[in-house]
Amino acid sequence: MASTDISLHKDVHHDHDAHDEHDHHDQHFIFKYIFSQDHKVIAKQFLITGIIWAFIGGALSSIFRLQLGWPQATMEWLEPVLGKWIEGGKLSPDFYLGLVTMHGTIMVFFVLTAGLSGTFSNFLIPLQIGARDMASGFLNMLSYWFFFLSSIVLFFSMFLETGPASAGWTIYPPLSALPQAMPGSGAGMTMWIVAMALFIVSQLLGGINYITTIINLRTKGMSMTKLPLTIWAFLLTAILGVLSFPVLLSAVLLLIFDRSFGTSFYLSEIYVAGEALANVGGSPILFQHLFWFLGHPEVYIVILPGFGIVSEIIATNARKPIFGYRAMIGSLLGISLLSFVVWAHHMFVSGMNPFLGSVFMFLTLIIAVPSAVKVFNWIATLWRGNIVFTVPMLFSIGFVSLFISGGLTGIILGNSALDIQVHNTYFVVAHFHLVMGSSAFFGMFAGVYHWYPKMFGRMMDEKLGYVHFWLTFIGVYMVFMPMHYVGIAGFPRRYYSWTSFDLFSSFANINMYISLAAIIAWLAQFIFLFNFVYSMFRGRKATANPWRSNTLEWTTPVNPGHGNWPGPIPAVYRWPYDYSKPGAEDDFIPQNVPFSQTQSSNLPHDKE
Amino acid sequence: MSTTTTLEQPKTGTWDGGNEPMKASYGKLMMWFFLLSDTFTFGAFLTTYGLIRHRHNAYTGTAEDFTFSTAYWPIPEKVFNAFPGFHGVDLPLAFVALMTMILILSSVTMVLAVEAGHRIDKNDVQKWLLWTILFGSTFLACQAWEWSHFITGSDQGMLMPDGTRFFGANLAQNEYGPVLFADLFFFITGFHGTHVFSGIVLLIIMFITTVNGTFQRRGHYEMVEKIGLYWHFVDLVWVFVFTFFYLV
Ligand code: HEM
Ligand SMILES: [Cu+2]
Repeated sequence: MASTDISLHKDVHHDHDAHDEHDHHDQHFIFKYIFSQDHKVIAKQFLITGIIWAFIGGALSSIFRLQLGWPQATMEWLEPVLGKWIEGGKLSPDFYLGLVTMHGTIMVFFVLTAGLSGTFSNFLIPLQIGARDMASGFLNMLSYWFFFLSSIVLFFSMFLETGPASAGWTIYPPLSALPQAMPGSGAGMTMWIVAMALFIVSQLLGGINYITTIINLRTKGMSMTKLPLTIWAFLLTAILGVLSFPVLLSAVLLLIFDRSFGTSFYLSEIYVAGEALANVGGSPILFQHLFWFLGHPEVYIVILPGFGIVSEIIATNARKPIFGYRAMIGSLLGISLLSFVVWAHHMFVSGMNPFLGSVFMFLTLIIAVPSAVKVFNWIATLWRGNIVFTVPMLFSIGFVSLFISGGLTGIILGNSALDIQVHNTYFVVAHFHLVMGSSAFFGMFAGVYHWYPKMFGRMMDEKLGYVHFWLTFIGVYMVFMPMHYVGIAGFPRRYYSWTSFDLFSSFANINMYISLAAIIAWLAQFIFLFNFVYSMFRGRKATANPWRSNTLEWTTPVNPGHGNWPGPIPAVYRWPYDYSKPGAEDDFIPQNVPFSQTQSSNLPHDKE
Repeated sequence: MSTTTTLEQPKTGTWDGGNEPMKASYGKLMMWFFLLSDTFTFGAFLTTYGLIRHRHNAYTGTAEDFTFSTAYWPIPEKVFNAFPGFHGVDLPLAFVALMTMILILSSVTMVLAVEAGHRIDKNDVQKWLLWTILFGSTFLACQAWEWSHFITGSDQGMLMPDGTRFFGANLAQNEYGPVLFADLFFFITGFHGTHVFSGIVLLIIMFITTVNGTFQRRGHYEMVEKIGLYWHFVDLVWVFVFTFFYLV
């Protein structure tokens, strides 16, 4: 087999010339597992931190679902955990707002951005493009540690006397700009901003690294149109992050000045407790524009890695080439581009000029086209495939299902006239939890089950995996489907209590049902947690290529060491989707097999 | 060539992997992408400037009759018309023009430093880095003067509702016009100044490293080139800040 002649040492040291690290074989524990610069270790650090955050985020939502489902119940039994946030057996309303804010922040940023991209971009980019490591291992390590610091700050903000930030994950001013506005607007908000600033630094360090690695470190023969779709997705995710997170940084820097130095960027003519503030001339809508300029690309930052992971897993397990490889790349590009010009669909009801609203409505609805292209391509790939129902495959199919269900309501919300009715109701909550929250989680689960053997050298337990899948899949639909219904009826989101509205008392049962389903679905995740930890030590030993897949990571040893390939890096000759190629011996031909070895299956254009 | 050999070799085009398709090392690419992201940070601030200015009334009278008032956005020539040593003389935008010239000059000397690096000429790199540091610091010093003048204010100041007079500007009050004019001035020029300051620190590190001969031993001055990219970017941003604040 032909291969490139780059030797292990030359390349590794080339990547690390900024600092001295000579002996890779005999590293101290601290440098091997904690301050590691190996992309695989950093990926696991992101994954494990992400999982911890996910359970915290889930626990927070279970608490506020308790409040929504059983508004009359007393929660004294939670007092040992929540302390004085339980007042006379009742959840404090201020803390309720803190809970929803932290839940959203944690899930969107800490789990589905850092946990998802951080894990899979780090793990898969070097392995799938055929590189020894990231372009800069050092910056990559810094990226994790900035994330870690950010996590610490956010975590401790939950234990403040005045509570964590409570203005919602979108932290709209004036709530977030006036420390006296509500308890969570004080120190909690400050810590939220600090955590987010650190988070943005982490994202930029990571993103810049991913992009440069993909541009410069692809192995011989790995052209852009031979890249697995995962890599395309990670590339575009990183580009979105590098271009949109700085705007959030700008937004929060201005916010800091409003909060602490008396400026009026977002403030104008406000009364707090009957007293007029001196601020004039600013605009809270300005913040919304800046926030959503990040915020909308951010939702795609969350979902694009899922797109990539799912495309890869569906092709592998349907034993068919992905349908419309180039259309998949094209739609990724289209979605990424459009994601920068639709942000104001979150602001239809904010007092923005309605003409501007209709422009954004038009642009928003165009996104449905590339999204539909992707969905049809996944379905076409499944169509008449030789489907192997592995656990990752089930999660991938679940992803497609959830993405469709949630995407359809996006088209309703994207109409500025319809949005007047459903804005800020549970309809929106249902939309984005299906299309973003659940889908991205399914993408993440699919990825973890699929690449676990490469990460830990063992397989996860299948039976537990199936139970986990079905409980989660059914659970998620049971939680979010009824929310559409209450949302259309006008049930507002972020309300601590609805019992004083007679209109909504008929929804008591449905709320109880949703809460029950949510808590069961959350508990089902402990099956995953158990499986994840147990399999690390007791799982079935993995083979080198357990899914009979084509991409380069499966050409490494079962437990790849530092530098990934013990010998030279394999060169690449073909695209990654040669599954069930007519005339071939096996139903898969890995990317590193030259055409000279597959004469029986070569097509006319392969011979060029 | 027979078919088997072509089928045996991976492709070798520009984007076929195993090379640097943009002819730039990973370090340089990283600097480019960082600058791209920083462009968005500044872009957000300048958009903020535009939107907030749009929310305020423009002055409609003639330039001769212009007086400072919180009712409308001031004419920049009337605010920035002082020059050190020429107290009371109306020299619209003269000082900021000088500052801008100095910064552009520092970009020129930076180009010369990078060029000297390509020739592996240690002495020239040192010389031009030093000039760049000097010009950069002068720019910062000028900005400090501009700020202190803005903060101190004019001789007449602004009449407050309680009959006292307020001179100059801070983040909550502004004798030249709406308070947001001062807020944005301090914030955006301050943010830019912070970038210049970081640039000077980086340049000083480059200077020391050059003097120590580290780059000479390494055989290339790419690090200087990367910092050079940053420096040019910061200059370019100033041109935009200057245009927004002083010209339109
Ligand atoms: C067909 C495509 C889509 C359209 C037309 C669409 C449209 C919309 C609209 C108009 C809203 C604002 C609703 C309101 O606040 O009143 C919204 C909210 C939201 N969408 Fe989508 N969406 C689409 C796909 C997605 C995708 C793919 C994601 C994420 C992966 C996503 C995530 C969100 C989130 C997180 C929110 C709520 C943010 C909040 O207010 O907290 N959407 N969507
Ligand atoms: Cu959006």
